[in-house]
Amino acid sequence: MLQKNITDILKLNRFLTDMDLSDLTIKQIQEKLKAKQLSAKDLVLDSLNRIEKLDKKLQAFLTVIADQALDQANQIDKLIGQNKDLPALAGIPFSAKDVFSTIGVKTTACSKILESYIPVYDATAIKELKQAGAILIGKTNHDAFGFGSSTENSDFKVTRNPWDLTKVPGGSSGGSAAAVASGMGLFSLAEDTGGSIRQPACFCGVTGLKVTYGRVSRYGVIAYGSSLDTIGLISRSVSDIACVLEIIAGKDEADATTLSAPVPDYSQNLGKGIKGLKLGVPEQYFENGIDPEIKDSIDLAIKQFENLGAKIQKTSLPYTKYAIPAYYLSGISEVSANLARYDGIRFGYSDDKAKDLESLYFESRAAGFGPEVKRRIMLGTYALSAGYYDAYYKKAQQVRNLIKQDFDKAFEKNDLLIAPVSPFLPFAIGEKAQDPLQMWLADVFTVTINPAGIPGLALPCGFAKNRLPIGFQLIGPQLSEPLLLQAGFAYQEITDWHKRSPMEI
Amino acid sequence: MNKMPKLTSEQVKHVAELARIGLDEKETERFKDQLSAILDFVSKLQEIDTSKTQPLSQTTGLKNVFREDLVKPSLPQEKVLLNAPEKYNGYFKVKPVFD
Repeated sequence: MLQKNITDILKLNRFLTDMDLSDLTIKQIQEKLKAKQLSAKDLVLDSLNRIEKLDKKLQAFLTVIADQALDQANQIDKLIGQNKDLPALAGIPFSAKDVFSTIGVKTTACSKILESYIPVYDATAIKELKQAGAILIGKTNHDAFGFGSSTENSDFKVTRNPWDLTKVPGGSSGGSAAAVASGMGLFSLAEDTGGSIRQPACFCGVTGLKVTYGRVSRYGVIAYGSSLDTIGLISRSVSDIACVLEIIAGKDEADATTLSAPVPDYSQNLGKGIKGLKLGVPEQYFENGIDPEIKDSIDLAIKQFENLGAKIQKTSLPYTKYAIPAYYLSGISEVSANLARYDGIRFGYSDDKAKDLESLYFESRAAGFGPEVKRRIMLGTYALSAGYYDAYYKKAQQVRNLIKQDFDKAFEKNDLLIAPVSPFLPFAIGEKAQDPLQMWLADVFTVTINPAGIPGLALPCGFAKNRLPIGFQLIGPQLSEPLLLQAGFAYQEITDWHKRSPMEI
Repeated sequence: MNKMPKLTSEQVKHVAELARIGLDEKETERFKDQLSAILDFVSKLQEIDTSKTQPLSQTTGLKNVFREDLVKPSLPQEKVLLNAPEKYNGYFKVKPVFD
């Protein structure tokens, strides 16, 4: 039905440009729109065209709102025609992970329990992007509620890696990363609780930013672990991420955990270089178990940072090996509380055969939640239950403090840290799906920073012999987004990994 | 470090009961193994001496965020009820609690 809709729209509407739009940055697009060399309609049609041609294979999108997107493009084009001032992201097509509430557009968290849920309000980040003129084209697939590292835990479809259709795109935001890598929208609004932005960005060869906890409002985003959840971006370049972050960052009365620190101009330091930057290499991230091709690529990136003027120093984060258990115990405990709201009464799946209230709860949740969701709710319930609270939940919060202290110490001597995103290359679809613990271990290098509330930027840095992307992450102290972006931009100025495209259309 | 004892089927059923999730026998057995393996893995944390460490869950140091207690418009009733599986006369309809 949706697919047919796109087909009709593409038949009825002609491109006004024959320009190749895939390599343009947001800044360049804004200039071309103002100069009337390009229209918002062209941009939306280009994205829809790619979805039409590629998404049958990729399965990145759950919902595409072609009509609405085209209507908004026409409104922007009207403003251009009247030589009116354009908002900062005018005409920029984007997608959003299906955890962001979108008014009138189905929002499922990729779980059957929300299969037909239609929000009556927009998440703050969505509202701000729309106000800035950006155009939502659709909602992307991910692991249900963000629980997974491959997008295979979606209750609806399996997204494929655009570089190799037999491999996973990473997760949980796999649909967002696959969409951006394939030019279906210039960026995707996503969410990172333990690596859900950085790992799929790395697996799909694109750029992903996880922000400081509280830097971007979580209002209207379906909750996973509320003390760990952060809203961020996947895009093809650091410069685009800087443009969009400026729109969505800042204090929101509707989310009491947002920070009141002023929002800087994230683009102003791009291009200033990184001479004298103290870049720490944490030894625990390069120990055994990391794929040698990944290690070689990151060693090369470290050399390139050195050539750019960074001072490379060894550093140590001794509690790294405890990050996975500390992160997961914190996360699942919050999951058991956050997902208690799915009771079959106010919204979501409801078992209409249930005879009384109690069986309505049990049966609605039994049928609506997939296995990984049930595992996490049950483990979280266990970790918080009488007699186990001290040994599990409280212990995890104490170790969380030690992990944060590790980073605090490292940032006394280093401005930023550099580390791999994933110990291995994108794995085969099905390879880890049957062993939940193996899937958890895939997050070994990404879950470390969420318990500390600090930001991380994942950047592509090469390809393995089998043409699969390799990436690394820069990690900084809280609110160091300007420096992270400055360093990431400097790297992208001397490399072109982020400009490579997986599929030709 | 002692290995965690495996969860029993009764424990799995008890946790599912607390979490209001209906499980059949097959699921109970499968979860018993999977949850035991994960609990065994996370018990690695017990190696660390945390007797002098405070628990931490709020990482950015925010405390007591206040705002003016102002009356603001809320969502209209029909919108609030839009996604309700069952409704009656402007209310959420709930199954009987007692027989």
